[in-house]
Amino acid sequence: MSGAPSGGDRQRLRQALGDIALLLVGPVVAVALALLVGAVGIALFSGLLPAGKPLDVGLPARAYYALFTGAISTQTFVYATPLILAGLGVALGFKAGLFNIGGRGQFLMGALGAMTIATWLGTSVPAVVEIPLALGFAMLLGAISGFIPGFLKATSGAHEVVTTIMLNYILADVLYWAVSGPLVPARAPQPITINIQDSSTAALPGLPVIGNLGVVIAVLAVPIVWFLLYRTTLGFEIRTAGANPDAARYGGMKPRRLIVLTMTVAGLLSGLAGACILLGNDYQMTPGYDTTVGFDAITVALLGRSNPVGAFFAALLLGGMRAGSGPMQIQAGVPRELVDALQAIILLFLVMNVLRHWLGSRAARGAEMAGIETVTRTYGRESV
Amino acid sequence: MTGQADASQVPALEMRGITKIYPGVVANDGITIDVRPGEIHALLGENGAGKTTLMNVLYGLARPNEGQILLDGQPVEIADPADAIRRGITMVHQHFMLVPVFSVAENVVLGDETMANPVFVDRREANRRIAELARRFGFDLDPNEKVGNLSVGQQQRVEILKALYREAKILVLDEPTAVLTPQETEQIFVLLRRLAEDGRSIIFISHKLYEVLEIADRITVIRRGRVIGERRPGETSEEDLAELMVGREVELTVDRGESHVAGPMLRVAGVRVLGDRGREIIPSLDLEIRAGEVLGIAGVAGNGQDELVQALIGLRPFAAGTVTLDGHDVTGYSPRQMNEAGVGYVPGDRHRYGMISAFPIYDNLVLTSYYRAPYARGLLRDDAAILRAAQEKVERFDIRTPTVTANAGTLSGGNQQKLVVAREFDRPLKLLVLDQPTRGLDVGSIEFIHHQILAQRDVGAAVLLVSAELDEIMEMSDRIGVMYRGRIVATLDGRTADKSEVGLLMATGASDRARAEGATA
Amino acid sequence: MAGIPTFLDSLPAIGYVFQFIGYVLANLPVIAQTTVAVAVPITLAAMTGVMCERSGVVNIGLEGIMLIAAFVGWAVGAAAVGFVPAATTPIFGITPALLIGLAAAILAGMAVSLLHAWLSISLRVDQIISGTIINIGAAGLTGYLNNLISRQSPTGAGNFAPLQVPASVANVPLVGWLINALFDQGPIGITTLILVVVFQIMLFRSRWGLRTRAAGEHPRAAETVGIDVIWLRYRNVVLSGALAALGGAWLSMEQTNSFQPNMTAGRGFIGLAAMIVGRWTPVGAFGAALLFSSATALSSAIVIGPPSGGLGTFLGSVPSQFWDALPYLITIIVLAGLIGRSIAPAADGQPYERESAT
Repeated sequence: MSGAPSGGDRQRLRQALGDIALLLVGPVVAVALALLVGAVGIALFSGLLPAGKPLDVGLPARAYYALFTGAISTQTFVYATPLILAGLGVALGFKAGLFNIGGRGQFLMGALGAMTIATWLGTSVPAVVEIPLALGFAMLLGAISGFIPGFLKATSGAHEVVTTIMLNYILADVLYWAVSGPLVPARAPQPITINIQDSSTAALPGLPVIGNLGVVIAVLAVPIVWFLLYRTTLGFEIRTAGANPDAARYGGMKPRRLIVLTMTVAGLLSGLAGACILLGNDYQMTPGYDTTVGFDAITVALLGRSNPVGAFFAALLLGGMRAGSGPMQIQAGVPRELVDALQAIILLFLVMNVLRHWLGSRAARGAEMAGIETVTRTYGRESV
Repeated sequence: MTGQADASQVPALEMRGITKIYPGVVANDGITIDVRPGEIHALLGENGAGKTTLMNVLYGLARPNEGQILLDGQPVEIADPADAIRRGITMVHQHFMLVPVFSVAENVVLGDETMANPVFVDRREANRRIAELARRFGFDLDPNEKVGNLSVGQQQRVEILKALYREAKILVLDEPTAVLTPQETEQIFVLLRRLAEDGRSIIFISHKLYEVLEIADRITVIRRGRVIGERRPGETSEEDLAELMVGREVELTVDRGESHVAGPMLRVAGVRVLGDRGREIIPSLDLEIRAGEVLGIAGVAGNGQDELVQALIGLRPFAAGTVTLDGHDVTGYSPRQMNEAGVGYVPGDRHRYGMISAFPIYDNLVLTSYYRAPYARGLLRDDAAILRAAQEKVERFDIRTPTVTANAGTLSGGNQQKLVVAREFDRPLKLLVLDQPTRGLDVGSIEFIHHQILAQRDVGAAVLLVSAELDEIMEMSDRIGVMYRGRIVATLDGRTADKSEVGLLMATGASDRARAEGATA
Repeated sequence: MAGIPTFLDSLPAIGYVFQFIGYVLANLPVIAQTTVAVAVPITLAAMTGVMCERSGVVNIGLEGIMLIAAFVGWAVGAAAVGFVPAATTPIFGITPALLIGLAAAILAGMAVSLLHAWLSISLRVDQIISGTIINIGAAGLTGYLNNLISRQSPTGAGNFAPLQVPASVANVPLVGWLINALFDQGPIGITTLILVVVFQIMLFRSRWGLRTRAAGEHPRAAETVGIDVIWLRYRNVVLSGALAALGGAWLSMEQTNSFQPNMTAGRGFIGLAAMIVGRWTPVGAFGAALLFSSATALSSAIVIGPPSGGLGTFLGSVPSQFWDALPYLITIIVLAGLIGRSIAPAADGQPYERESAT
């Protein structure tokens, strides 16, 4: 037991630094191993490429070169933006013992909300009015999309793993409906929305190097979520409800209400993600407008170990991979879906916790996240 | 005592120099014991002494680092429980190894099924065999009944049926009387003697001194993983055994001092409480506890104690009735309101309600007070204040930990319970609700917690003590309420109550004397 | 009597209900057949879930397992066409290439299940996380390979044909439509119907079923009577992969002759919902699957041949996306409405650690 507070602080700092180092090693090793496995995979299937040679060992190098050079661009930040925001949403859920697989639907509703405002207001109001309105409406629709599964879990125990997936399909249909009718300008030759850059003031202003304003919003969200989780009493309630709902109830907290609240905030963040990418990069929608952010955000949260700062760096990594995947497909001919497969392999190595075998059990500690066990524990139960 | 075990016989079982090391702890350190055919051999030791580990080694659930096991003089390797069962060893675990949603028959045959053909279970033949066994040993069990619907005593008989069905030669019982009434304990003793007379060997694990003196032919005392001594019941006493078991002289009974009882503190009138599935668990219950008084609730597990406790601390709604605390109506208060009204709670299952293993000690210490000064300013946590308070409590309640930032899950069981006590007892309480507060703890921690409880009583708290351990109830209570099927069927004076009478009340809800005097709550 | 229709017409909602019932009855043979067909992959997914969860392992990766099996079955079948004779059986339209594809699909499904078993049973990774990794990986891997293969636009190995129910049987009054619905199915569909019954009996009558349920309810109790819980769970999870694989193969080799990225479209999760609503029993899950698939069957019937009259006008005004979303909507509603009365096996999702682990 350390007596003086200063000694305690130093000790905490040392411990924190040690923890951070341990937290970093696992993901870094997992990513490295995944790239290795990915290289083997690329070479293995190289024969299937048009004019490809079987077992072309040079192909992985060419593909990764295109991937990395493609990632050194503004697009990395642009693609990381929704990943940071939605990843924070999933991480927040994990802390509360919730598994938000509904990122896709929430994202699409956010994009739809932003598009609705942009179409409705067009160029009639200045950007300082229209952008906040678009973002606000996106967050509202995203929040509602998160509220529904949260409410269903709190009241009926229907597990969010099933309901959020079902909602993803439903909300994708809602978007399809809106973009094939109500949001299509009258004279449009085919179902496609306006281009936000040309026909509205909602486009996010561009910024040098980092891309656009959306990046700033996402980066600001990181300390906000961190502060919420670790410095407020509400954050303590969320984390407690995630780690042990029964103890939370005894402690005077209301786990059901926290479930609804957390899912709503997670939806809000994912909705904001959709708005940021639509207003800052995509600008236009067809009925089939879709995203991989839902799954990517899960990878981000897991790789970042549910920590907001960790999620930020994981999102940068994945954003880079998304940004580089296009050049990779064009220059090396390797399909961009490689990135999806790589994600799964990264996670696989992460949870396999290869380090445990190399460095002993201390390194394994970092992989344990409070709250995650609650995700599975509430499955099939009346919950809380 | 059966007294038929002959020292010259080859032991049915011999464990030689068993050492079992878990990371950071030597659970068994060169333990040697043996048991002869027809003998009841008691293994005495306090919680955490290594008894269960030794039996897990015997049962193939744990592999020893050193040592040898001999059956009928032949050295054997026991690979897993299936192997142990094949060799005639069976075990009745302290926490019953029964599937609640299965029938008695399904539970008994599981793992050694009576088959109609290579694929399907012959349920009719299984039922017949079980019914026959039950008849032979005088068990009143329906093979088709769901085990979840049985009383604790009946469930234990199902466990024993499992052993008999497998024709066990060596029967290990781990704390078999922990949850039984004195009468049920007597019945099980009769049964054990009969099984020993049949030539079976019985290992009886317990930490209750008077029990091992009554049932055992031989007593081996284990402390901190070592055999400390071997005694025969005729040559020893409770005091001697206690000292061997704990390693120092211990008070066999708590010196509870004088109670200074004042006016009524808690009054519960006509409350009705429903269970998880909406079933009526407590139809109507009244009780009163005065300031400075300990009311013990005795009862066989599952008679509504859990529901009563949860309702009193606000975790479960009252369907009817009123609760008054120190003159104020607190009916329907939330856990937080109850806490603020001066109610403290020590749960038996601390991992469920008491603490968050994955959180540091300092967070656990503010589980119920994190939202108010000095631990919070508005919506923000004051981490400095939380840490300071944690530091102070860790020292005051002697919680053994290197740092308050360590996760609660890294503490030993006794220190975890002290953590709960430190959180709940750090202020004067009006009502203290204790649900099996010392379950599974070592003697030192038990003494510490008992003294803390008495200290709260002495400053005027009303104490409600629920425990399945009748001994604890008898030692601590000023008055004893016996709970049976959701009612308090009798209230007795704690200093004059007779254990067997309480036991009878627990088992049947009535006793001859209680009926004669018409005593109810 | 004559007044009643007029009265009903004045209340459009009630009138629509009667018109709707009439429409369903008139189209019953088609709707019923589609309902059973669409229920096949959902039922297989649900039975995968039952087999895993009854032994204590949550498997949300079955969506990905189905997707991989759908891809492997189709791709291997397509690759095998050139190497094997093109003989076709008169019923079910089975060809050697199709059989090879199906076998490959089943092997792939079991292999991916083995990965899930290893992660969740041996490494004790959170089972929902493990399942999610499989889902992400399945989408990525099949998308990647499909992208590569589709550049050569191969034709598949064809697909299994439904058993033709003779018109004389199908037209038997009262029961003909039912016989037609159950048996106008391909080999995977018919196998599924048989499996529902066999699995139900096995789960509640056989030694395997007793031990499986014990492992899912109280694994330690099972271990203390000598049952190897780890091995049992492994066996169940790997075996269940074959069921999920059949579901995937149905999509790419029986319903269609093609593979589309993400063609499982949440059927695995609908299957999980069916399992929960069906209280973790094969027959119950089949019933729930029929409930969900009837929504699909109805909406496709309405889209193809809308009813006439006021109802038709009304339904015609409903956006087609509503019909697409209906099965998912029904799943959520039923799940939220019924789950309180459906209890999972007690040890479901909890990794089991043998006491002798150290």
